[in-house]
Parts: sequence; structure tokens; C-alpha cells
Amino acid sequence: MPAVQETVDQVKLIDVDQYKYGFETIIESEKAPKGLSEDTVRFISAKKDEPAWMLAWRLDAYRRWLTMREPTWARVDYPKIDYQDLYYYSAPKAFKAPKSLADIDPEILRTYEKLGIPLKEQELLAGVRKQGEPSTLDADAGGEYRSGNVAVDAVFDSVSVATTFKEELKKAGVIFMPISEAIREHPDLVKKYLGTVVPTSDNFFATLNSAVFSDGSFVYVPEGVRCPMELSTYFRINEKNTGQFERTLIIADKGSYVSYLEGCTAPMRDENQLHAAVVELIALDDAQIKYSTVQNWYPGDAEGKGGIFNFVTKRGDCRGKRSKISWTQVETGSAITWKYPSCILRGDYSQGEFYSIAISNGMQQVDSGTKMIHLGKNTKSRIISKGIAAGKSQNTYRGLVSVNHRATGVRNFTNCDSLLVGDQCGAHTVPYIETKNASALVEHEATTSKINEDMLFYCMQRGLTQEEAVALVVNGFVRDVLQQLPMEFAVEAQKLISISLEGSVG
Amino acid sequence: MATAELAVVRTPAEEAIVERYPAFRARQQHWGGAAVERLREQGFAALKTRGLPNRRVEEWKYTDLKALMPQLAERFDGFSQGLVERAAALRPHLAVGDATRILFVNGCSAATLREQGFVYGSVAHGDDPRPQTAAVISRERDYADNAAVALNSAFMDDWVFLRIPAGTKPDKPLHLEFREIGDKPFATYPRVLIVVEDGASATVIETHDGSDGVAYQTNSLIEFEIGNGARVEHVAMNAAGDKALALSTVAARLGRDARFATLTVTVGAAVSRQQLFLAFQGEGSEAQVRGATMLRDKQHCDSTLVINHAAPHCLSRETFKTVLDDEARGVFQGKIIVAPGAQKTDGKMAAHTLLLSDAAEANAKPELEIFADDVVCGHGATAGALDDNLKFYLMARGIPEKDAEALLIESFVAEGVDSVEDETLREALMDVARGWLKARE
Repeated sequence: MPAVQETVDQVKLIDVDQYKYGFETIIESEKAPKGLSEDTVRFISAKKDEPAWMLAWRLDAYRRWLTMREPTWARVDYPKIDYQDLYYYSAPKAFKAPKSLADIDPEILRTYEKLGIPLKEQELLAGVRKQGEPSTLDADAGGEYRSGNVAVDAVFDSVSVATTFKEELKKAGVIFMPISEAIREHPDLVKKYLGTVVPTSDNFFATLNSAVFSDGSFVYVPEGVRCPMELSTYFRINEKNTGQFERTLIIADKGSYVSYLEGCTAPMRDENQLHAAVVELIALDDAQIKYSTVQNWYPGDAEGKGGIFNFVTKRGDCRGKRSKISWTQVETGSAITWKYPSCILRGDYSQGEFYSIAISNGMQQVDSGTKMIHLGKNTKSRIISKGIAAGKSQNTYRGLVSVNHRATGVRNFTNCDSLLVGDQCGAHTVPYIETKNASALVEHEATTSKINEDMLFYCMQRGLTQEEAVALVVNGFVRDVLQQLPMEFAVEAQKLISISLEGSVG
Repeated sequence: MATAELAVVRTPAEEAIVERYPAFRARQQHWGGAAVERLREQGFAALKTRGLPNRRVEEWKYTDLKALMPQLAERFDGFSQGLVERAAALRPHLAVGDATRILFVNGCSAATLREQGFVYGSVAHGDDPRPQTAAVISRERDYADNAAVALNSAFMDDWVFLRIPAGTKPDKPLHLEFREIGDKPFATYPRVLIVVEDGASATVIETHDGSDGVAYQTNSLIEFEIGNGARVEHVAMNAAGDKALALSTVAARLGRDARFATLTVTVGAAVSRQQLFLAFQGEGSEAQVRGATMLRDKQHCDSTLVINHAAPHCLSRETFKTVLDDEARGVFQGKIIVAPGAQKTDGKMAAHTLLLSDAAEANAKPELEIFADDVVCGHGATAGALDDNLKFYLMARGIPEKDAEALLIESFVAEGVDSVEDETLREALMDVARGWLKARE
């Protein structure tokens, strides 16, 4: 039976070429001269009003980068990047640190509104409402709902345009600000921690980032503080031919807790754009960091034209005893993904977790996974990864579990499953398991299968359309991961999953 | 940009390959014709341009051949009656019962025999292979550029072929017996092609024994061409000398409805790299791939598999058991590839490692590469110490600790060996395992 018109429309609405964040914001911007040289690095550093030590750090990274080669081991295939044909800095023109909404270009505000960044935060940005006051919007929603549980840092191309809830966070002692500001205001903290998890010489893309990073978020949660709200950064690439190189540094001091979310989108363009971010997390004794990502960069069109190259280095260091770092990611965007959020389990009894859903469609290529490096005694890690490949995409899980020979009592459990939708795509699993201690217990399991016909039949027999049935089965398949997301994101992620997949059922 | 090409610095072994090849090739040109010549040149070209693989080459990540083989031993030259007698006197690790023996002393087949049930010959000795066999000799090999295979191709000085005619079954198993004897380092490159024609079946036993205390290098390649409806059981025993560097490759191509079972038991060599390249060419075939490895001291063993499901409706099972003591290092790299269109593939791979010492190291990389949607593929990998609860259970029943451990290890290894159909052979293999355990006490 042919699909009913409603279904056809629904599917069309959400296919790869229906990327809904693909609009462009027309604003004037100020850029660094095209290309990369020491001058570019100096330009960025000067723009950011950085102290001399920061410039020296960047230049050191740049010189190292010149000696490095682009890695080729990942299962991704993309045209060679001309690093001299990019802009490394772009900021909305006449940009000043905004004191109120009046300082922010209305175009940018409209952009975030279109992206669905909670209106209430914008209201706060605009100064319409004081913190703690009920929102006027709440009245429409029924009144009971307390707004503003998420503090947002919005990064537009190379600069952070706004950070909300700064005052309230300050009361709790939490520092949440653009990293460029942190370098000026908290140089001791930045100096002490920056580059200690991902050193400047770590890898090709991380080194490039160290040289030219322009902004990102800085979070410091002091000893014993449970951060009173979710922190969130929303990244937006807007400008053409611009690379985005953001740097995030999160430090959770002894006994503290913080949950951090990030979201990413970009306009639809025929050219590929580069995104090479570095995220460093540091958890001291008994601290906990929960880091969630919903990555929805522009994936390119149905023929694989355009899209973001997402080459990201994310690493957490469980430096203290009994610390815990948890990564949750929902990956639906980007033309190419090269991303391995990792945990270095240095403190005894520390824990690392990685929950991931990677969905690829169209011509997307994903090579993603994690590394769990067990150095401390009695450290534990858990990896749950779900890969879903549809269309003509290639989806690879690549993960490392390594147990140092001094790390006794280590436990690891890994489960990575792949699901294929259609016969044009590929799903691959490349786990590396390195054990150097006899007391370690490392378990890995993985399966690959297609959506079970019986399950589909069962659902369809009860009146669901094929698309609905697939969405239901897939949602069940990824449930373990979705449960780890904060509420606000879980809903969005669920929607994303049906968006990415439904278009491909055939 | 300042990413200049790095100058190629060759190791002494790589230098030796480049230097010795031209003269060797000139000496060997009288046999094999264009097909062998092409393989030889292809192998050499791969070595010359890429050198020996180091750990940055993904397939050799855990076995850095460039570092492990700094020198290329001279190939063995100097047969004598005394040597053959010494070889004959060597007590093999595996007690193989009644079988048709083909003895390779230092890489050369010392026997010429035409047993009933199969056709045996040497390409170098001008035994004219049938056109079908010749076609197999000259076929494309997707593993030809693999460093171990390339080295064998470049430096082979004979190529033994065996053919099991269609529909037949030799009454005795075939025993390929490799013995490496010498007092100073030497290299050998034996190569065997086994064509099992449609509907035929065969049991092939491959054993490697050699002189202890000599850093010899052996690099064997055994290729199976398995016809439609044919069955092959292959059992390999690696008991190479304690200083040996043993590279061995088995390649198998399966036709339609064929069955292939292979088991490799490893206790020997200082460094081993055991490769299997298996390709399903026809529908409805099945393969069982097993390994049992027991290492101690500073032994290193790398089992690398590439299982290519190129045809639909095939099944493969890979089960590898590794026991590591002292400072031994075990590597398992398995890759199941499901080609586009290979629907209804059923592949399951499992690698289990038992660590008996904190200085031992286990590396596993069970990989899936899947391009078809209607398949069931899975892999599992575990690494850990002996289960204390199980040990306690046995000890509570009055079994001394060492014995309890031995029992548990034996049963762990036995799961890999159990599949062998021939009871005598299975027991002989378990005897080797028990011998290894006894030496632990």
C-alpha cells in the first residue's frame, strides 16, 4: 500500500535537505585577514586583549602545528582542507560586551529565537525581567512553571554574545563566562588548568585550536558547591568561510557538581566549514561533571555538498579521588564527524561514563567514540553507544579502553550497537581493548542488525504507519542514552532522532 | 606549509630486503613463469615503497614488525644429510597420529610423494599444475600487499601445491610438518597451495617446531581454495623455537555451500604473528575460526583475522582464547567485513583473555565493518583474571590452589579446542595445553 499523503509530507518535511537551522543571519562582521600565520594568531590575541603569556602559549601551539600532519586513520573521506583559505576570526561588527539587550544586534537575537533558545533567557538578556521574578511568559503557560533553570552562553562565530544568569551564579560562587573574559579576570585559574588535559601538542586539530581559539565557555565550580542550575552554551557558525574554534574549560573543585549542555547549528552552505573545538574537563576529589551535547551542525545536502567538518577533541580528567565525569552526546549533524570524548581516570575510585547516539543520514560520515584510560585503582567506566546509519552514510564507532598496569580493580563495561536502515549505508565498530593488569575486568559487546521485521509488523498491525513504527523501535533502541540527557534536551533529542531517520525509510 | 615529506630511513632489515632481492630474483627466474614473477615483483614493490610496518600502521598497531625484526636473517642455504637427520630427530610438540606427512625442513619440502587421494607437486620442480590450479596460482590476492605475505612472495623459492580431486576424501589426514633446524639465525619462506575441489573433503594438520635458542625467522603462507560443497578441517600448531620470529598466514576462499574449520594452537616462538584472510565467495557457506594461545615469559603472539563476507547467506564464528602469564603479550585483531549486498550474513566474534600476571598485557580489537542492512553480527571481548569464586569452590573441596588454577585454565582453553572432530587429535592438542600448564608449576 502506498504511503498516505500525510506521511509523504511528513517525511519530506524532515529529510536531510530539510535542515531547519540552515538560514543565514545577515549582519556585518569583522574578520581577521584570510589565512593562517603568526600574524593571525597575534591578531586574535590582540582582539581578545590577552596578556602576553596567552599570546606566547598560542604562538608555541602554532609553531608545533606547523610540524604536524593531519590524521588519516579515521574512516572518513573528505577533500583536503586548505588552511590558508579560511577566516580564523569573525565577530559581529561593532561588538561590545553587551550590558543589555540594546547592545546586542537584533539580528543576532532573532537568530537565537529562530533556533529555539528559550525565550525566557532572552527576556532576561533583554533586562525585561529581573532574575527570580516570574516570567510574563509563564502566565501563558499556566503560571506554575518556574522559568530559567538554564544559564546560557551564546557563542556566535568567534565571540560569545551573551551569558545569562551571571549574577545568580556568582552568588553561589560559580564562575560562568566566556573564556576570553576568564583569561583577563581569572588568569590564575586559567593558567593553572588550561591545556593540562588536552596539551597544546595533543593532536593536529587540538593544536590548531590552541593557536587560534577565539572563544568558548569557562566554568569554575568552587569546593562543595552544587551548581544551582544547568549551564548551557549554544554555538552558532554564521559567517562564510569561517572556521569555528571554540575552547571550553570546566573545573569542578572538590565535592562540587555541575551539569553542562551544549548545542550547535550552522547555516546551509555549499562549501564545507571547519569546526575544531577543544573541551577540557577537570574533576577534583569527589566532584562530578555531567556534559551533554546535542550536535546538529549542518550535515550537507542529499548529494553530500556542503556541511560542517566537525573535528573535536573532548577530554575529561578525573583528577581527584572518587570523581566522576559523564559524557552524553546526541550526534545528528555535520558532514564529517571526528570526535572522541574521553575520560582519564586518574583518581582512585573515579568513574567515567559515555552515552552516545550517533545518527547519520544522507552522505554523512561519522567516526566517533570514546577513550577510557584507567590509571587509578578501582576505577570504573561504562560505555553505551548506539549508532544508526541511514541513507548513504557511514557510521563508525571507535573506542579505546585501556588499563594501566598499576590500576588494580578496574571495571569496564562497553556495549555498542549499530542499526542499519536501508542497504546503502555502512555501520562499523572498531573497539580497542588494552589490558595490562590481571585484576581488571573488561567486557565488551557489540551487535549490528537491522530493524527487526517482527517488531515493525507488530507495531504496524496495531495501526502505526511504517515511519511511526520505525521511530518507535529506534527510540526504544536508544533509550539508554536518552535517559541520561537533562529533561530539556531529552525532548529535543527525541525529536531530532525522528527527524534524522524518518526520511530514509524506504 | 612546513609539513615536508620525511626522508625514508631504512632499518638494516629493510636495507637487506632491497639489497638481496635482485640477485635472489635472478636465481629464481627459471621457474613459475609469469604468474610467480608477477607475485614476486608485487611483493617486493610493496616492501620497497612502504618498508616494514611499524605501530603507526593500523593493522600492525600492536605488533611493530619494524622494531621486532631489526635484521633480516639470511635465507637458509646449506642442506646436508646431517641436517635432515637432525630434523627427523626433533621431537614434535604435537603427537599427530597416522597421517600423510609432508616434511618441510627449513622451508623446503624434503619428500616427494604421490599418495592416493590427492595430487602433490612442486611448482619449482616443474610439476605441471593442471590449468585450474594454474588459474588459482595467478589469481588476484587482496592480501598481496600485507607485509608478511609480500615478504613470502618476494623470497619464496618453492611453491608446493596439493589438489584433492572433486568428490574425494583422502583416508588419512594430511600433515604439513615444518621443522626449522640451525645453530645460527636463518630465514625460511615456505608456501603451500591446497585446492580442495567441489565436493571433496580434507583434514590438514600444520605443525611448526624448531631449534630453541636460535633467532630464526620463518614466514609461511598456506592458501586454501575450497570448492562448492567442499569441506576442510585445518588444525595448526605453533611450537616454534623459543627465540624464533614466526610469521604465518592462512588464506582461504570458500565457494558455495562449503565448510571450513580452522584452529590454531600457539605455545611457541618469541614473537608470532598469525594471520587469517578468509573470503566467502559463494552463498550458504560456513566457517569456524578458533584459536587457543598460551604464552609466558616475554612471548608475544598476534592473531589477526580478516573475515570477508563477500557473498550473502554465509555464517562465520570466531572464538579466540588466550592465556597470558609472566610478561607475555597477547594481541587479537579480528575484522568481520560484510560487503554491500551480502544480506543474511551471520557473524559472531569473541575474544577472551585470561591474565595470570600483572605484568602480562592483552590487546584486543574486534572490528565490524558492515555495508548490508539485513545481517546479524556481533562481537564480544573480555579480559580478566581467574574467577576467585570458581577457585574458591574448587579449593573448598580440597583441591590445592595450583591444581584448581590448572583445572580452570584447562577448561578455559578446552573451549577453543573442543571443536576438533578427531578425538585423538583433540587429546593430543589438550596434551600440549597440559604440558604448558605443568611447566607453570
